[in-house]
Amino acid sequence: MNNLVKWFALACVVMITPARAALDIVITEGVDQSRPIAIVPFVWQGEGAAPASISDVVMSDLSRSGTFSPLDKRALPQSNINTVAQFNAANWGNVSADALVVGSVKPYGTGQFLVTFELIDLVKAQLQAGKGPVNTSELLLESRETVINANQFRQYAHRISDVVYEKLTGIRGAFLTRIAYVVVKQGQKAPYHLMIADYDGYNEQMLLRSPEPLMSPSWSPDGRRLAYVSFENRKAEIFVQDIYTQTRTLVSSFDGINGAPSFSPDGKKLAVTLSKDGQPEIYTVDIATKATKRVTDHYAIDTEPSWFPDGKSLLFTSERGGRPQLYKVNLDTNKVSRMTFEGEWNLGGSITPDGRSMIFVNRTNGRFNIARMDLATRFMQVLSSTRLDESPSVAPNGTMVIYGTTHEGKQVLAAVSTDGRFKARLPAGQGEVKSPAWSPFL
Amino acid sequence: MDLNKLFKAMMVAVPLMALGACSSTSDSDTDASGSTSGSSSEYGNGGLETGGAGAVLSPAEQQRLNEQELRRQNVIYFDFDRSELQTDNAEILMAHGNYLVEHPNVRVLIEGHADERGTPEYNIALGERRAKAIAKYLQGMGVQPSQMSIVSYGEEKPLDFSRTDTGFAQNRRGVLVY
Repeated sequence: MNNLVKWFALACVVMITPARAALDIVITEGVDQSRPIAIVPFVWQGEGAAPASISDVVMSDLSRSGTFSPLDKRALPQSNINTVAQFNAANWGNVSADALVVGSVKPYGTGQFLVTFELIDLVKAQLQAGKGPVNTSELLLESRETVINANQFRQYAHRISDVVYEKLTGIRGAFLTRIAYVVVKQGQKAPYHLMIADYDGYNEQMLLRSPEPLMSPSWSPDGRRLAYVSFENRKAEIFVQDIYTQTRTLVSSFDGINGAPSFSPDGKKLAVTLSKDGQPEIYTVDIATKATKRVTDHYAIDTEPSWFPDGKSLLFTSERGGRPQLYKVNLDTNKVSRMTFEGEWNLGGSITPDGRSMIFVNRTNGRFNIARMDLATRFMQVLSSTRLDESPSVAPNGTMVIYGTTHEGKQVLAAVSTDGRFKARLPAGQGEVKSPAWSPFL
Repeated sequence: MDLNKLFKAMMVAVPLMALGACSSTSDSDTDASGSTSGSSSEYGNGGLETGGAGAVLSPAEQQRLNEQELRRQNVIYFDFDRSELQTDNAEILMAHGNYLVEHPNVRVLIEGHADERGTPEYNIALGERRAKAIAKYLQGMGVQPSQMSIVSYGEEKPLDFSRTDTGFAQNRRGVLVY
């Protein structure tokens, strides 16, 4: 009987232990420049232990954004508060933070929970506190309540992070997004894994495992499908896979290279690289009809097409100038113009969602790093300082780039903000991790 | 230009091979010494050695022996971001080319690989260009295009994972797979 109780207790512990992230985070630069924010642990209004800590996820999100640094929760002057009515401005006079987040979780019928949260303007509170009594309702920046299921804690926490981030920065948060990436575990029979996970590495799922290489995942604009390259038939082929139904469609299997797929903004076409007519050239493929249309025509290497947000032009890598540089091609006129002139190589480019700048791999003095160029001023800035950087993918809100790099002899993912101030490594447990692709907003 | 030298060497080697093919009774790639008089290799490590075995091999047979040895080398290395063949690879490629010309039913897969510098998709293009450089050379020797197929793995299948200059050099390669 005793044993049974022990086992039951152990089982409870195992069940309560939160899921681990497949990708950890080590922030290597930029904490000193982020804005302090106070997140009061959400008040649990049910029996026993709280089912999950929403506020921990919000804290993690905001610090991962590089824009905020959440204060240590043990150092906050008030805890166990969940509304602005309980907020005592006098206690918070010495806390240097822009805002605070409070909230609560309580059981709401079978397997459901009511979650509330409020965002309080701490700067305003401190200003008003000097002038006399504070009208707490004027301090409220945001207030929401929602009913969620037991499996939606992380998801809703990301939603709260989105709201807080947008309210305080004016930029939409990208916390409710996913990343796709390739993991290679050498020594296994099928070493190549195509994975997806929440943007923070939680809820990792395998989409495909293969004895032969998998490359270049690219999201459909609705976040439901992935295009990628697979060598499962001993040649490069492009597949599109529905991540919910697991249905796979072979889209391109010509002689030679079938590579670098990129979904058009309307989700109906892929821009791809094919070498069926000789050299690697850029084509578009209609996913439904498989009809191809040739876009570039040059004896040099043309590859890595990526769509401008308006869907009218492609950015691509070409060697036509002697070394890989970025070019733009208009899809109506096929007119090509060169985009980059600075640095030895510039390749693997994509346009940021606002259409104002591009992110790419730059080679200067033999070093490969992630760079950004402002399209209007042509000002180029090298963002990363890691080694052998490749495969940059921009978050849908344009604030962060995830990319593949090498750390201590191993391929890992890393992130850098598009202003270059925040830098982080995303170490993974096992294997080499590469080819990250950030999903659209989900 | 090193390619010129290669072609000159080919001009000599190909007719020689043709002559050799006339007198040879064997087309096996394992049969090295089809000659008539006493070769010590037949007796392996028996302890006794007789002299003069090399002298009785005809030039064509000697060539065949050398090429068989060279064909065991199936990796061709390239310079960084280049796909031109280098002179020191000529012998190996000629050995493979002669063999494929003599054996039109044999097919070969030519893999192109790149080191880990640059982007994965650019390296796929570079690897293909390397594999094609090899195929073009073999075709120049008379190998039928139908005997050859090409695949580029770019930087996806490195041999050396050290990510040092020597490691990169090992990974920039073309591989002939029969």
